[in-house]
Amino acid sequence: MSGILTYALHYGNEVNKNSLGAVSEAARLAREIGGEAHAVVVGESVADELCQSLGAYGASKVFRAEALEGLAQPVVDVMAKLIDDHGYSYALFGGGLLGFEIGAGLTARLGAGVTMEVTEVKAQDGKLVAVRPILQDSAVVDSGYVVEPGIIIGRLNAFEADASSNGASAEVEDVQVELSEWSTKARMVNRGEQRGAEVNIEDADLLVAGGRGLGKAEGFELCEQLADALGGAVAATRAVVDAGWYPYSAQIGQTGKTVAPKLYLAAGISGAIQHKVGMQASENVVAINKDPNAPIFEFSDLGVVGDLNKILPKLTEALKARKGG
Amino acid sequence: VKICVLVKQVPDAAVEKRVDPSTGRLDRSGETNLNPFDTHAIEAAMQIKEGGKADVEEIVAVTMGPENAVRALHKAVSLGADRSVQLSDDALAGSDVCATGYALARVLEQESPDLVLLGQQSDDGECYTIGAVVADHLKMPSLTQVIQMDVEGGSLRCERQAEYGYDTVEVELPAVISVGDAINEPRYPSLKAIMGAKKKQLDKKAIGDVGIEADRVGVDGSRTSVEAINPPPAKQAGEVIEDEDTNETVEKIVAWLDERKLLA
Repeated sequence: MSGILTYALHYGNEVNKNSLGAVSEAARLAREIGGEAHAVVVGESVADELCQSLGAYGASKVFRAEALEGLAQPVVDVMAKLIDDHGYSYALFGGGLLGFEIGAGLTARLGAGVTMEVTEVKAQDGKLVAVRPILQDSAVVDSGYVVEPGIIIGRLNAFEADASSNGASAEVEDVQVELSEWSTKARMVNRGEQRGAEVNIEDADLLVAGGRGLGKAEGFELCEQLADALGGAVAATRAVVDAGWYPYSAQIGQTGKTVAPKLYLAAGISGAIQHKVGMQASENVVAINKDPNAPIFEFSDLGVVGDLNKILPKLTEALKARKGG
Repeated sequence: VKICVLVKQVPDAAVEKRVDPSTGRLDRSGETNLNPFDTHAIEAAMQIKEGGKADVEEIVAVTMGPENAVRALHKAVSLGADRSVQLSDDALAGSDVCATGYALARVLEQESPDLVLLGQQSDDGECYTIGAVVADHLKMPSLTQVIQMDVEGGSLRCERQAEYGYDTVEVELPAVISVGDAINEPRYPSLKAIMGAKKKQLDKKAIGDVGIEADRVGVDGSRTSVEAINPPPAKQAGEVIEDEDTNETVEKIVAWLDERKLLA
């Protein structure tokens, strides 16, 4: 049998947006290479409605397994068994942390090829080819699979959720899978803790984002003053959020928010891929960084090579003066 | 407790990285260095050793790579590892993630560590997956992108940022943990440690020494194939200002923003 199996991550009663993208992409690809797109939901007492709702995104069947939520290895056990039993040709994951871990686990378990950070999947002669940018996006590799199944792990936001199978309801099948001994040796103590104040960056037209180049937590004052003068909000990179300099709710990228403001002004941000995927849809990108080789200059519309401690205060001043006058 | 730290030799950050079009592999001929993410893994091992909550017998740095990868091991030892192991064999060249994870797991099996640590990603491959691949081969629980780790009896209490905020996860040892760079600030090696690094025990292993099946590694054992390497979609280069006179620079930025009607 052919077909594509995807993992649908959920939290509370909602399916992750990147997972909906993966289900939609799997459905599109399955139409091209033949077979069906199925999805797996793993959790504690997951509602029928949540599983059925994946039908709107093109999944014809959803397998539901009862296991600990939020950890990868139980999902590896479930998906490995389903792939063994049903012979799927590919497993597809949307961008995010768990998809990486599950895909990697399946690679080992099934002796399967894996391609990660995939931005596009092409169907060629009944097979899938994963397109993956490498080396800070300076080259793009078309990666094929020598044997089935092939594991495809998407980059954040690579696959668009498409609910055009509106009204369709997926068939839900409960599966019982015995977990591997080692899968039960990690235990979730606390999930989804929000650290720092709740801030809204997704609705802002103008964002000033700060990174490690600010030097210290207090450096964010410069960003806040500039954001005030612009009439915008302040965002942050993962590095500085993990360091406790700024709230998690302001974080851009991989495990944070995805934004597309009219202006994204990056201060002291080097421009790692994990950050880029969260802001590359911004209309105008301005970067201020003292390192002329920082990757962010590769995708900024205006790059300023210099010391942000000198530039930001003067820029704030100039904008205020302009407003006043 | 015995800790193995997986390390990797990568092209130096200052080297322009390119793919060799004839092989489809990264051109590794330039200056190389220890993957910067791995220094956090070694530091994490040192902090467990010095923290007093676990009796660490030994920290072993493990790598897979060609002859010059020995430099990464010397660096790892100068940062605190007690000895190192290098898996090096022509048969391994061109291994993909599946093959590399399998090969590393075979080496680790022989060491039977209580904890395997690695950096969350390599500077060159931008791949976050090796830890989870190795863990499944070793039949150990695993967690990636960990930014806080405390030993509590036979377990680790780990924190990381996941899709919905920060998660705290308790992981029983033995385990495989990939650490994020926020976990610590790696120390600098002392001159004495740098000088002494070459004298520490270094075991070289070929695939036969650790029971690696030749047909599961290298290009032939890989499960993915490079079909094509293309340049990225062309993007118009942005304007760049070098800040020499800050007043002038700010004027230029304001004018640029104004032109695009971004100022109220």
